[in-house]
Amino acid sequence: MTTVAFLDFVRGPLFQIAVAIFFAGLFIRFVEILVLGRKTDFSEPRQSGTGAGFKTVFSRSVPEAGTFKRSAFTIIAGYVFHIGLFVALVFLAPHIALVRDTTGLSWPNLPTPVVDFATVAAIGALVAILVNRMRDKVLRFLTGFEDYVAWTATFLPLLTGYMAFHHLLLRYELMLALHILSVELLLVVFPFTKLMHTFTLFLSRWYTGSAFGRKGVQS
Amino acid sequence: MTDRAKIAINAFKEQIDGAVSAYLSSCVHCGLCAHACLFFNETGDPRYTPIHKLEPLRRVWWSEYTLFGKLALLVGLAPKVTEELLAEWQELTYNACSLCGRCSMVCPVGNDIAGMIRKQREGMVAAGYSPDGLKGASTRAVKIGSPMGVTWKAVAAQIGHVENDTGLQIPVDKDGADYLVLMSSMEIMNYPEYLEAIARIFSEAGVSWTLSSQAFEATNSGIQIGSSDIARELVSRIVAAAEKLGVKTVISPECGHAYTALRWDGPNLIGRPYKFKARHILEVLDELRAAGKLKTEGFEEERMTFHDPCQLVRRGGVLEQPRRLVKMVVKDFVDMPEAGKMNWCCGAGGGVSAIEEAGELKLTAFNAKKRQLEAVKPDKLITACANCRIQLEEGLEENNMDIPVIGLTELLAEHLVETGKAEG
Ligand code: SF4
Ligand code: SF4
Repeated sequence: MTTVAFLDFVRGPLFQIAVAIFFAGLFIRFVEILVLGRKTDFSEPRQSGTGAGFKTVFSRSVPEAGTFKRSAFTIIAGYVFHIGLFVALVFLAPHIALVRDTTGLSWPNLPTPVVDFATVAAIGALVAILVNRMRDKVLRFLTGFEDYVAWTATFLPLLTGYMAFHHLLLRYELMLALHILSVELLLVVFPFTKLMHTFTLFLSRWYTGSAFGRKGVQS
Repeated sequence: MTDRAKIAINAFKEQIDGAVSAYLSSCVHCGLCAHACLFFNETGDPRYTPIHKLEPLRRVWWSEYTLFGKLALLVGLAPKVTEELLAEWQELTYNACSLCGRCSMVCPVGNDIAGMIRKQREGMVAAGYSPDGLKGASTRAVKIGSPMGVTWKAVAAQIGHVENDTGLQIPVDKDGADYLVLMSSMEIMNYPEYLEAIARIFSEAGVSWTLSSQAFEATNSGIQIGSSDIARELVSRIVAAAEKLGVKTVISPECGHAYTALRWDGPNLIGRPYKFKARHILEVLDELRAAGKLKTEGFEEERMTFHDPCQLVRRGGVLEQPRRLVKMVVKDFVDMPEAGKMNWCCGAGGGVSAIEEAGELKLTAFNAKKRQLEAVKPDKLITACANCRIQLEEGLEENNMDIPVIGLTELLAEHLVETGKAEG
């Protein structure tokens, strides 16, 4: 197979399959969670849990003061990674072009140096997070195979994307194909690993925030 | 699979709801919860990381409620819940968790880890993997009516003493009273000051109240050991007595988990709302204060601080009342660092105080409290939970710290303006 044919295959049928698995997986996971439901709470609420629930959905993105002091590295590296990834994913011109071509939706991109910086920051943060995971007593203890799978599946698209964009190491078409392939890997493992937290954390925060809220505690 | 493991698995399955499933799907193994937990912080043992304490429940969730897990289970690749696993996790589920809920406040994805540990206890106790101390307490609670084996006789004796000392009459089984007052065995045995304080304050405020000879014990060992069946039985006794007397409000005493049991878990255990209100004594006192019916005089000379009982404050929502009340009688009040809803647990909640094997661990966990106290150096420590109080007194003594501990209700009674009109 020539490089171009490989690229076509990767961004054609293979991509469609990966996207299909991704959405089907998301659907299954959400159904699995939501069908379990939650029992009615008969206790007399101090206040409605709804407002508190919504608030927690957002407020949990800001660390509690003591926790920030105790786990500063994890929190800062986490922020840098998430913001960097978000910028690279959402504001890189070719990514926007891809969405426009498939859905017709479009928004302004950020200048290349900004996206570049964000990408390098995210890559750096991910490496730091990995090193910390292997070094820190608690993290080393908690970390299992799935954590490394999730890390790798997140890291590869960032790395190959950066290299493809800057025409590093390999021929552009080949690097681009590898980038897309790594994204496909990400899409496929996403619903079946803790990468799901991207979506389920909103449910978790809501469940906790509203349950605590009706007791009168903003969590 | 062995029978005991099977019992546990089935009980776990009953506990897994949408929230648990969302929580376990969301955990990213960031480790932040470890640093929120006093058992990890004070021992440095990573096994005490809150989310790790949930491995048995997590295995059942994964293999029963996720596609990949189910497939793995089919081909025999899912990690198993065995008797060995359960035996190993007994310590983590009970001795090393006071259900304080600090971890649930910090998890970035929003997991209520403490709530899940409470749920995991349901499976552990069903399969027999619970500590002897808690088993004994639960058995006594069901058979005798109190986890410490206290009977109505002991309460009656205390009533006699209080009536002698105060000249007040303590109402018992009074139909149609507004308030039904409950106590904890700890108060009946160790802190008779509580009943006296209530009698004096309520008499001054002209409150109509009663004790019930059918339901005097507020603590609920079922909640601690994690057995809904036992918890339901115990709470039903209170509900029956309260609804028979026709009281408007049942008052939970200075005890944290009793409040959780009565106020938040009770209606769900019996499967319907109560016909009365459930309140903590501090909520009632604060209402009396607001209505001008609780009048105090004079101030404490000493520097004082307040220990927030986890179940009352963080898990119960009685946040503001304690401080409003304290400030009525204490000028030099100082809060410990992280006080309020992020307060550090005393180390003996969630049934830990009843577990003999956890004796050493709970004193190690007390170091969190010790550091908080050292930061503000109070002369006296106020709290509102008899269980916290025992642990605080023990921890302080162990560390040669000379700080007396006092219950808030009792402290208020010491400053009560008494006009002398004694009525029942
Ligand atoms: S803080 Fe939350 S996400 Fe992090 S390890 Fe603990 S449970 Fe998992
Ligand atoms: S509830 Fe408290 S004691 Fe239990 S794991 Fe969480 S922080 Fe630790």
